[in-house]
Amino acid sequence: MGNTMTDQTQATGSTGPVPSQKDDSSSAIIRVESMNKWYGDFHVLKDLNLSVRQGERIVICGPSGSGKSTFIRCINRLEEHQQGKIIVDNIELTDDIRHIDTVRREVGMVFQHFNLFPHLTVLENCCLSPIWVRKTPRKEAEEAAMEYLERVKIPDQANKFPGQLSGGQQQRVAIARALCMKPKIMLFDEPTSALDPEMIKEVLDVMIELAGSGMTMLCVTHEMGFAKTVADRVIFMDGGEIVEEAPPHEFFTNPQEPRTQKFLEQILDH
Amino acid sequence: MKKQTVDSRPAGPKPWYDPRIRSLFFQFVAIALVFWGGWTLVDNTLSNMESRGISTGFGFLNETAGFGIIMSLVPYDATMTYGRTFFVGLMNTLLVSAMGIVAATIIGFIIGVARLSSNWLVAKLALVYIEVIRNIPLLLQIFFWYFAVLGSLPSPRQSVEVGGSFFLNNRGLYLPEPITQDGFGLVWGALIVAIVAVVGLRTWAKRRQLATGQIFPTFKVGFAILVILPVLAYLTAGAPLEWDLPALKGFNFGGGITIIPELAALWIALSLYTASFIAEIVRSGILSVSKGQTEAAKALGLPNGLTLRLVVIPQAMRVIIPPLTSQYLNLAKNSSLATAIGYPDLVAVFMGTTLNQTGQAVEVVAITMAVYLTISLTISLFMNIYNRAVAIKER
Amino acid sequence: MAEPMLKPPKVAISPLDWMRQNLFSSWYNSLLTIVVGYMVVTSVGPLFTWLFFEATFLGDEPSDCVGTGACWLFISQRLNFFIYGFYPDEFQWRVDVMFLLLAVCFVPQFIERFPGRKWFGLFGLTGLPVVGYFLIPGGNFGLEIVESSKWGGLMLTLILAYIGIIASLPIGILLALGRRSEMPIIRGICVVFIEVWRAVPLITVLFMASVMLPLFLPDGMNFEKLMRALIGITLWQSAYMAEVIRGGLQAIPRGQYEAADALGLGYWKKTGLIILPQALKMVIPGIVNTFISLFKDTTLVLIIGLFDILGTVQSTVTDPAWQNVAIEGYVFVAFCFWVFCFGISRYSQNLERKLDTGHKT
Repeated sequence: MGNTMTDQTQATGSTGPVPSQKDDSSSAIIRVESMNKWYGDFHVLKDLNLSVRQGERIVICGPSGSGKSTFIRCINRLEEHQQGKIIVDNIELTDDIRHIDTVRREVGMVFQHFNLFPHLTVLENCCLSPIWVRKTPRKEAEEAAMEYLERVKIPDQANKFPGQLSGGQQQRVAIARALCMKPKIMLFDEPTSALDPEMIKEVLDVMIELAGSGMTMLCVTHEMGFAKTVADRVIFMDGGEIVEEAPPHEFFTNPQEPRTQKFLEQILDH
Repeated sequence: MKKQTVDSRPAGPKPWYDPRIRSLFFQFVAIALVFWGGWTLVDNTLSNMESRGISTGFGFLNETAGFGIIMSLVPYDATMTYGRTFFVGLMNTLLVSAMGIVAATIIGFIIGVARLSSNWLVAKLALVYIEVIRNIPLLLQIFFWYFAVLGSLPSPRQSVEVGGSFFLNNRGLYLPEPITQDGFGLVWGALIVAIVAVVGLRTWAKRRQLATGQIFPTFKVGFAILVILPVLAYLTAGAPLEWDLPALKGFNFGGGITIIPELAALWIALSLYTASFIAEIVRSGILSVSKGQTEAAKALGLPNGLTLRLVVIPQAMRVIIPPLTSQYLNLAKNSSLATAIGYPDLVAVFMGTTLNQTGQAVEVVAITMAVYLTISLTISLFMNIYNRAVAIKER
Repeated sequence: MAEPMLKPPKVAISPLDWMRQNLFSSWYNSLLTIVVGYMVVTSVGPLFTWLFFEATFLGDEPSDCVGTGACWLFISQRLNFFIYGFYPDEFQWRVDVMFLLLAVCFVPQFIERFPGRKWFGLFGLTGLPVVGYFLIPGGNFGLEIVESSKWGGLMLTLILAYIGIIASLPIGILLALGRRSEMPIIRGICVVFIEVWRAVPLITVLFMASVMLPLFLPDGMNFEKLMRALIGITLWQSAYMAEVIRGGLQAIPRGQYEAADALGLGYWKKTGLIILPQALKMVIPGIVNTFISLFKDTTLVLIIGLFDILGTVQSTVTDPAWQNVAIEGYVFVAFCFWVFCFGISRYSQNLERKLDTGHKT
């Protein structure tokens, strides 16, 4: 089944305008090809193309309303795209609910507002999906969850409720919860934007550690320091388009597009 | 969603894995179930009615009813049709609902404001009223007023009498009835002229305030016009109004307006009961206007009266009106408890006597439910229009 | 006292100061206090005299009621009827067991620190109806059958309200989910169902249940009067329940749905594990409030000829043996309802306050 899928995507993909696709196709874990999305009559995402290799860390930035959040939400189909293709781990996101389920199992997501389940303890939050989706035995799931909680450095909070934790702690729990599904890809949707300044670092530290472990990461963030240290590539979006795509060093020192230059001026200029 | 194009999906999923097709399937099943259920009910009902010899159709509405109704706003006697009984019942329902809504609103607002009074005694008394009345079943309250209070009033011969024109006894409350003579049209005319004048005055005063900033005492002057013009007309036309006084004739009273005890008990109980809910709505509505709003208005230099009129009341009303209308709806629905004490409302007359005599349960119940549905939908419609008009524009 | 300029900080307000602030703060407040106070004193005095001081509490027969006050003998003599209806004396222990279980399940809910009170409540909602189903009608386990036409009084009132609320809960949940469904036809069916039931008075529903239900059913299948009333009440109540629960569903932030989606949970798992537990907890006060109104509305069943507590009282106040006991009867029923409703509403208000603070983080 997986084979036929790959064949099809390659057959149609070769006609699509994706230059980087051929050389990467063996290791590309996410491929987005000429993807378009509308909200009603509003064209939010315009002809996006992106190919992400296994283990690659990508930071997406851009002004608010540029469509960057919508873009990464399309990758686990929290939003539906209307044209083009999104292929995650050799599975194309179509209307087929099995594909959606499979992709969501492989892709972890961390939200701006954490979205922890307030009625469940930290541990239950982490075990929920392994138990109910992966059908892991409870004991095993709990042990795995404790491991991840240790990794995000809050094993001692396991039996508290999310409401009892600080924002930074909650976001770390959210990361652990996503990791508990043992995903191949992690999506971060502005993970530090809702945090108080003194808590940003603890979350970024966890993310940096995660990046060091070889996880494939797509991260929408305004933390340019994080982008500089961790990212393999920085993508700049504006008005629903990918304006510029470059390694961080190039991106920050020598931006090509005027829109990028203007954006960088605005956020770095204080 | 609109830009759905198929071309980007060369190999569509199997139909049973496509959420769109799944949803169509579920909806189809739901419709089929509803139709199947409906059909079974209709089929059962038809065969049951046939076996019991009950006729169907709305023909019975034109048959003679043959029973009397103790109170009707429109001319009615036993020789008229079932259709007429429906109309009589409907009018009685609307009458008691309208009376109840007016009284409940007045009492409710008074109690609600009293609940917030700075006077400890008044506030506590209002609280006791609310907590006692709303925690006792309405039907019990209706019984209490009807059997225990009004039932223990004296007989017509020992009526409680006020000035020879108001009488209260266990047959009801008797009031003088105003009867208009020739020339009363002039008073109506004057009233209409006065209303037009007040509307005109208001527009003019507003325009003048916008242009010059001067404020005209519209309320006082308008009120004066509304009172003085009709009174002048009344006097000019030579006081064309006579009162038909109730008088004891034999064992009972005749003449004047009669409020039968059934209506009185229902009216009192409905008003007091609903008022306790309205009072809570009013209280929370006023409290919902944050203190910051009053403070901001005062900081702008608005005096207390204007703060209330321009800042607090408009915001409080926005909170009060929606639950208030649902209380009105409840009152209208609760008026059907009339059946229990024999006030001839729609349910008592139509769903009660008419149904018993004709046996045509399906038609009668359907008509009755349709009436309540219409009342409720009409009120919700106005409610929605109002809500849209006053909704605070937010981003 | 030596230095008049320096006032000591006020710790307690003297009664006089309190009165000046709360009763006589201005001339019209003083006037109001005097007028209202006078009215209260003149009405409460006679009321208490009638209720207690001049009332008759002891005795066996109607003729023992001689004073000008209330005749409470009437209540104490007929109490058995008001509580059990025509339920045979020798089997009344079954009803008593149910009353006791009811108290065991729900009294702990009012006590903050009662251990495991959640489980008591849960048993009350699930196990108790089952126990009642076997115990009250009898017919199994060697229990003699007591026909439902013999049930009455307070017991019947509680049965109607309790079954009504418990049966309407699952239907209400389904209707609420259906009304928020993305499928237009399912949504439409639920909206029509909910709005029709909510628009019509309970009386018409009860009439319909008692008159039309027999017509709807296939030949040979019929329910007792009580069962028909219960079906009507349940359908009617489930529409209200659906609206209460929908309020809770609407209050769940979008992020919760998205997080559940992102974790790969399907619709039913998402609803059952994430959305409903939160939504239901949020609307407990609302559910309790609908219970209170249903509890009061159960009195309407006397119109279709069932003897609930008001029905039993209403049928005895006209007993010629007793003179003018209507007010005593009504006061008694009013008191029963008031204690239940006021107590439960206080509980729901407390809960509301607690939930209110609990959700702010």
